[in-house]
Amino acid sequence: MSPSPMTPTPGDQPVLVAGGISDSHTWNLVYLQLLLEEHGHRVVNLGPCVPEDLLIAEALAHRPALIVVSSVNGHGYHDGMRTVTRLREHPELADVPAVIGGKLGIAGPCGTEEVTALRDAGYTEVFDDSAEGVAAFRRMLDTLPQRALV
Amino acid sequence: MTGVGFGAFVRRAHDAGHLVVQPRMGMSSPDRMRAGLLATRDAAATTVGTLTLDSYTRVGDLESAKLAVLEGVALNGYPIVSHETSTTLQVLDQIRGPGFPVQVRHGSAAPQDIFRALMAVGLDASEGGPVSYCLPYGRVPLRESVAHWAASCELLATLCAPGAAPHLETFGGCVLGQLCPPSLLVAVSVLEAMFFHRYGIRSISVSYAQQTDPLQDAEAVAALRSLCTRFLPDTEWHVVVYAYMGLYPVTEHGAYRLLGKAAELAVASGSERLIVKTVAESQRIPTVAENVAALEYAAAVAARTPRAPLDGPGTQTYAEASALVDAVLELDDDLGAALLAAFARGLLDVPYCLHPDNAGFSRSYIDADGRLRWSDIGKMPLHGIADVRPAEAITSADLLDSLSYVRRSFDRHDPEDAVALEGAHP
Repeated sequence: MSPSPMTPTPGDQPVLVAGGISDSHTWNLVYLQLLLEEHGHRVVNLGPCVPEDLLIAEALAHRPALIVVSSVNGHGYHDGMRTVTRLREHPELADVPAVIGGKLGIAGPCGTEEVTALRDAGYTEVFDDSAEGVAAFRRMLDTLPQRALV
Repeated sequence: MTGVGFGAFVRRAHDAGHLVVQPRMGMSSPDRMRAGLLATRDAAATTVGTLTLDSYTRVGDLESAKLAVLEGVALNGYPIVSHETSTTLQVLDQIRGPGFPVQVRHGSAAPQDIFRALMAVGLDASEGGPVSYCLPYGRVPLRESVAHWAASCELLATLCAPGAAPHLETFGGCVLGQLCPPSLLVAVSVLEAMFFHRYGIRSISVSYAQQTDPLQDAEAVAALRSLCTRFLPDTEWHVVVYAYMGLYPVTEHGAYRLLGKAAELAVASGSERLIVKTVAESQRIPTVAENVAALEYAAAVAARTPRAPLDGPGTQTYAEASALVDAVLELDDDLGAALLAAFARGLLDVPYCLHPDNAGFSRSYIDADGRLRWSDIGKMPLHGIADVRPAEAITSADLLDSLSYVRRSFDRHDPEDAVALEGAHP
């Protein structure tokens, strides 16, 4: 995207942004990129419909500070489970923070059970698309150690 | 004109003074899908049916779609390739026919399997396009999408016969859903229609999605009609308007008011069909009942709206769209090759689109008067044509503000519209 108001530190680990495996939506990803850049992060935006293998390959190549999976097409829960399960099978990626957010179920927000299942499968955090979800996501960005403070 | 099929049904309805209204509707359960089609058919409106496919089928992940069918996991659409042909025949039995054509909606950049599956159950209407179901939508390289769509059009065109007119609708007029200036939407819609025509399809609809300003939208549809008249000879074509595709109002009054404006746009601009949105749009996939309510509300608004199309040429939107189409057609006699060259050179450039085959230099914004304009035309051939106003680098807050412009405007309480609404829907 356009130049960010903060200049990331050279060599900083980027944040990987990815749409769900079967999710074609783009605006959520464009928004996330701008938001992350404003928080001082370099962003590698993989775009919509990111298969597990691509996400894993990019994560191994970039060693990101954070992986953000965003989904709004209703398949977020199932796609997200698949992605994180495969991701955590790689020992090198066992500890990289990974979060998921958006509209995750076809009948609206995920229930507590599904959120717990997503966490158990390997997500560090799960955000819904409410104002509170977005606020929680911003708070988490502020706690990331790789944030470039300029 | 053959007088049969999806296009002819819409033409007859238009000639009789009715706007055809259509939902987006797809459930993975055959029983629920059938119930949805029946409810659409029986709504108090002139309707056509929809089978919206699930996202796994759309991206070609047929293994996941099949697994979901076997395990009974609910998907966000009907997996037509993974259900047995006999199952889909039962879904459609005694419902589809000359009085109720059914269109398959999917979103695939490689729709051959989908077309084979719909042809196997006797359907012949679908939608999409080599650009619009590729660029802002997934990861398939544009070159592959063009080849897939050429093959898929040729496959569907094998159905052409006396008494059969397979139909395709462009999705090009809906690219990005929101914030794409209308001239580019019109140009892509026209180019995709010409692509379908080159590969043998003679019954075509061209889409246009409602944007931020009613007058600009009316100009866009008029431009679309003028360009189709010019570029689609010996073709049965019509215009399909989509109710707003971006962030939808969260209030019931806002959602209905926006849908009402879409219905007015459709009828006033002389368009023949409308894809509706529902009160549930901002939250989740709508129920059948919510879809029926939206269809009936749109039909009621349409019935009291007079046709008053604008003159096509002579507007800013026409000048830009026409320049874009002409520039692409000059690149190569093969339209697929021309589209590839156009994107490679940035002559067509979808703002904010993340696909690697999109140049990504163009940017757009919503002006103070509500019109969508270019802040950067990149390398598009619009110098001296578009009114470009360079903007400051956009922030995430700016973007969210623009993305929610329509939602905000329509959620705002408007007493006059609230009164008008009360008598119009339950």
